[in-house]
Amino acid sequence: MGVDLFGFNNVNPWLDAFIRLQLAVVLITVVVMGYTYLERKIVARFNQRIGPQKTGPFGLLQAVADAVKLVGKEDLRPKSADPWTFELGPFFVFIPVLMTFVIAPFMADWNIRLLELGLIYFVAVSGLSIIGWIMAGWGSDNRYALLGALRSVAQSISYELPLVLCVVALAMFAGTYNLGLIVEQQDKVPFIVWQPMTALIFFIAALAELNRSPFDIPVGESEVAGGPFIEYSGIRWSMFQLAEYAAIFVMSIVFASMFLGGYIWPFGDQVGVGLQLVLTGAKALLFFFVVVWIRVSVPRLRIDQLMGYSWKVLLPLTLVQVLVNGLVLVNGWHEVVLLVAGLIGCAVLVTATSRAVERRPRVPATRTAPVMQGEAARV
Amino acid sequence: MVASRETYGTEFETQDLLLNVGPQHPSTHGVFRMVLQVDGEVVKDVIPHIGYLHRGAEKLCETMDFRQGIGFMDRTEYLAAFNAELSYVMAVEALADIEVPERAQWIRMILCELNRLSSHFMFMGAFGIDVGVFATPFIYAWKEREQILDLFEEVAGDRMMYAYFRPGGLAWDVPHNFKARVREVLKSTRIGINDFDGLLTKDEIFRTRTQGVGVISAEEAIEWGMSGPSIRASGVPMDVRKDEPYLFYDQIDFNVASRTEGDVYARYSCRMEEMWESVRIIEQCLEKMPDYGPIMPEKMPRMLRTPPGEVYIRTEAPRGEYGIYMVSQGGNRPYRLKVRSACLSNLQALKDMSVNQYVADAIIVLGSIDIVLSEVDR
Repeated sequence: MGVDLFGFNNVNPWLDAFIRLQLAVVLITVVVMGYTYLERKIVARFNQRIGPQKTGPFGLLQAVADAVKLVGKEDLRPKSADPWTFELGPFFVFIPVLMTFVIAPFMADWNIRLLELGLIYFVAVSGLSIIGWIMAGWGSDNRYALLGALRSVAQSISYELPLVLCVVALAMFAGTYNLGLIVEQQDKVPFIVWQPMTALIFFIAALAELNRSPFDIPVGESEVAGGPFIEYSGIRWSMFQLAEYAAIFVMSIVFASMFLGGYIWPFGDQVGVGLQLVLTGAKALLFFFVVVWIRVSVPRLRIDQLMGYSWKVLLPLTLVQVLVNGLVLVNGWHEVVLLVAGLIGCAVLVTATSRAVERRPRVPATRTAPVMQGEAARV
Repeated sequence: MVASRETYGTEFETQDLLLNVGPQHPSTHGVFRMVLQVDGEVVKDVIPHIGYLHRGAEKLCETMDFRQGIGFMDRTEYLAAFNAELSYVMAVEALADIEVPERAQWIRMILCELNRLSSHFMFMGAFGIDVGVFATPFIYAWKEREQILDLFEEVAGDRMMYAYFRPGGLAWDVPHNFKARVREVLKSTRIGINDFDGLLTKDEIFRTRTQGVGVISAEEAIEWGMSGPSIRASGVPMDVRKDEPYLFYDQIDFNVASRTEGDVYARYSCRMEEMWESVRIIEQCLEKMPDYGPIMPEKMPRMLRTPPGEVYIRTEAPRGEYGIYMVSQGGNRPYRLKVRSACLSNLQALKDMSVNQYVADAIIVLGSIDIVLSEVDR
């Protein structure tokens, strides 16, 4: 349970919860604006450009300008679209993302609610947004949208398994699903040291969950031209964007809390609130930076390679990790065993990555089309 | 192999989906439109539609003076306008029997090879986006291309539509610092090509995406009349510069880049090698090019008239063989002009290359042919 924020908890717990949720919504909006600005700037630097600079100092108000523009746009709906599914789709994407904020521990005493089964709640709720994607893809009555939605579902199902198993592995190690307690155990050493492979696989699966490059095939611009939100415009489209960045934000906080020691490591829990916030923010931004870095550097995977990678590489390795964690837990071995096993696992993962991804053989080209004979040849 | 209904077999009937890609799709490189018949993610049939950019350039040229036609040739192949102009002016020169001064020929060669570089840079960038890297290769390519276009602007006064080659030679002489500027540009180009090697060629995902995809064999490629890097990647080392040397290509030492696999990666790496070869060619041209000399014949008539006759001139443009068939019945304008476009022939093999591949493969197969729609439709 979180602490009493403004003394309302004794008066009325509902009021307390309401205020916390309001604060979370404000925080999301501000952070998403910051993230979009940062992404633009980082991508621009990678592209040898400058990025936004005309809107406000250093282009800081670019996100505001974007938001104003999007709100001012017409809210179009295709005539053949299914009105209810189409219009409710963005909300079904956005609300689960909003709900996952509940478990994010920003500081020692500042969070919405630290649930006992926080991580399970996080994985379960964030998986719900796939319903919104399907609604958007089906309701738009657009074939690109449909294709994108189907890709999104396939991808989500495949990558949720390694994600969940990573969570399980970490919970076995930490002995709890409560994210706050997990953070507090990392005051000496962050869990990424003891669970390197879990962290790596969690990161990869998180990329796929967030539909970020190289797993951005549901929205791949050069193929399905935006996927499920191809038909959306204005405020509804911006809700998808908001959900996407909010999901990255939550994921970055969760990753920072699970593996990088959240607000505690390396200074312990006796530092001030300000430094704790800075620590969480810095770790979350590190996650975000790596995500953007990958986005500007690598091409997109193909759908069969994507699926194969999850089922053939990530899933078996996470299962092994769960097994190893269980053995250590039962036999009471030292944590160094985990470190060694994890590093070996990382090496296997890296080698397997280049081998297991579906790759077509390269041989000198031979004829595939039938030789034209008879009438056809004479024509 | 690609998983499909035939591979596993199903009891229930499914219906293929027709997916319209283009003419306003981000990866159709202009206004190309193809209708993909897809079974899930697998492409079963490709129905291409061309003609959205048809302007009747060939017919228009028949109503114009020989010199006015140059501008239309620029616009048929706007990414490599020097190469397109070259075929046209060479056709006129062959008809009118004009001797081109040596210096003008060297300058033409340098500009054409530079244009090949800029066109291939454009391909690299656009292909990077097709494969799915967010903007980075495009901007890198754009940066290098920019240097070359700046040079073209200094030489010809325009960045895309030069109209700088004229029957007989060049419109005007190059700037006095031309050689130094070309060397400067080449320096940055070398760095740029290296960057691309690191960014795309060495990328693991890039190779898994492109290798073994969109294979076309040598026989099929010949049957479709493909040319340029697209056919060289299938194991046919066909290059007009080598086979029927024009300008001074016979005095230059260069290799014809070719591969045998015939897949998307082979077409990509063929172009990559060609860029290095182009750099080599330009360096040799700079060595051999005289510093001073005429750029037009002494006596060029005010009104260019040709004797009756017909001629077919072909040159190696970045996308393949760019041919001009020109008929003259005497007078100051062609009676008939036909452009043999490499892109059109290459594009015809699209179906053979992309059937039974995934939708994402069809996109990069189209990207690997490197089409310019205005050359396809003219």
